[in-house]
Amino acid sequence: MSAQSDQALRAWLEKRVPQWRRIATLHHDLSRARAANAKDAMDLAEGYRSVARDLSMARRLMPASRTRQTLESLYADLHAMLHRPAHRLRSDLVRIFRVDVPAFVHDLRMYIVAVTVLFLATAAAAAWLVASNGDLIGLLLGEETVSALERGELWTDSVLSVVPPAVISVGLLTNNIVVMLSAFCAGVFFGLGTFYVIGMNGALLGALFAFTARYDLGMRLFEFAVAHGLVELSVICVAGAAGAALGEALIRPGTRTRREAFQQVSGRSIKLLGVLALLLIGCGFIEGYISTDPAFPLISRIIIGVGYWLLMVSILNGRLFEGRLFKRRAAATASQPA
Amino acid sequence: MTEHALATDYIVDSVTGVDVSLPVAGLGGRSFAFVIDWHIRIILALAWIYGGDFLVKRLAGPDVLYQETLAYIFGVIVPGAAIYFLYHLVLEVAMHGRTPGKRMAGVRVVTREGGTPGAGALVVRNVFRIIDSMPLFYVVGLATTALTAQHVRIGDLAAGTLLVYDRRTTRDSLASLPASLASSLGPQYAEVIEDLLARWKELEPDVRQQLGRALLQRVEPQVTAEQTGDIQARLRDALARSQQ
Repeated sequence: MSAQSDQALRAWLEKRVPQWRRIATLHHDLSRARAANAKDAMDLAEGYRSVARDLSMARRLMPASRTRQTLESLYADLHAMLHRPAHRLRSDLVRIFRVDVPAFVHDLRMYIVAVTVLFLATAAAAAWLVASNGDLIGLLLGEETVSALERGELWTDSVLSVVPPAVISVGLLTNNIVVMLSAFCAGVFFGLGTFYVIGMNGALLGALFAFTARYDLGMRLFEFAVAHGLVELSVICVAGAAGAALGEALIRPGTRTRREAFQQVSGRSIKLLGVLALLLIGCGFIEGYISTDPAFPLISRIIIGVGYWLLMVSILNGRLFEGRLFKRRAAATASQPA
Repeated sequence: MTEHALATDYIVDSVTGVDVSLPVAGLGGRSFAFVIDWHIRIILALAWIYGGDFLVKRLAGPDVLYQETLAYIFGVIVPGAAIYFLYHLVLEVAMHGRTPGKRMAGVRVVTREGGTPGAGALVVRNVFRIIDSMPLFYVVGLATTALTAQHVRIGDLAAGTLLVYDRRTTRDSLASLPASLASSLGPQYAEVIEDLLARWKELEPDVRQQLGRALLQRVEPQVTAEQTGDIQARLRDALARSQQ
């Protein structure tokens, strides 16, 4: 490099370094708090453009220099900050319940039917097998549970007498959420993992009802499960449907790449899973406080179970949030720039 | 989005027309961050559980079956478990794709567009830990990280994120630039000499002598190869003289 061009480079750097320092300080301040005013945000955007120009020059004139590394770093930081999603928690939540989840559930309707059929078919098959040969129950249930059922006791009786309802609720809802997430995530194995989780749950339920029926405990089991079970099993099937859609995205991505299809279905599913998790929290508390309480008669359990199931359906198809209040919020959300 | 000429860099197109270069963190950086985070969360969870246990014992006294009380379960056990299981999710959302372990390892999570990921993407990323941690010790996650071009685990593929090195040197580097600029050697030579002197002890003696001698002959052409002597001291002198 000639002395003249070296001098020009130094003059350019001397002029630009104070500007970079100012932009770095602005970035530093904004990374700790939101922009105090629109001017800060505009300055940052303008700084991003000017650093891009300077970086382009530095890449050409001094490719192996610390100046270039510094500018690369500053540019990446500014890029990340400018591409950070906006914070609109309330309107985002309204949108999830009103638009995103109902639309995704609508798209999933065939998967929901297919997964529910699989669940019921495996339940019926397992019930028939256990009804034909009671010894097969040993493949699905532990020895202690089987012994208790043979003595005419449900496994729930011993647990409920010693553990407080709140603890039961937390334990159950945690377990149910893990099963729901597993049913979805297992879809990554081209849907086969989801089918396995759904099939196993269906088989367990069918076998349990068939085995308890042999000892005249079937009605008691139904009485225990009806208040929370309708929603709990439906949620597992809907999560399984999302898992099946995930598997299909990997097998038949259509015009998108496999990664894009996988990412898109995952992104849509997570909102649905969030809503399903809330429903399972409700199930956990119903199971802990109502299903286990002998004071509730069968009819009230059926009303609670069916009522909660209808509430779930109205949430998932978006009907519950079609009120005037939500319409107004949705309109406000739609009018905001993306 | 295109692959960079260097295998370790991920290139993102920008509206300015100047692409953003992001150095992708590999298996090492990722595992290092995870191990630090794992230690932090296990220590925090155990500290909460043992600290809470100690407090409840002191307050309730020896006659109370404190382990069966709701206060014990919801004040000690549940928060302890929440610290352990929700650590990554909560901190990544709160710290915009970083955790204490990632910060220490110098890595952060970004979207495939180079931006800071939103809460939704971070939740997806963490939910898929169920699969990545299978069958044990993150075997699936480690395998996909080793096999994929951008060293991502399944959670990252689902969320559209990747882990990149966080070159948080901007402010320090900008602070040291004026010294290089003021040098009569020119910014390029001054920077190289500063870097060499900063890394002097890390380099093999033969390598640093060779590099130092080559640099000294460039900045002080009158010095012959036999005259170089204590190269480190002579480079430091040359740099100091050039900045006067």
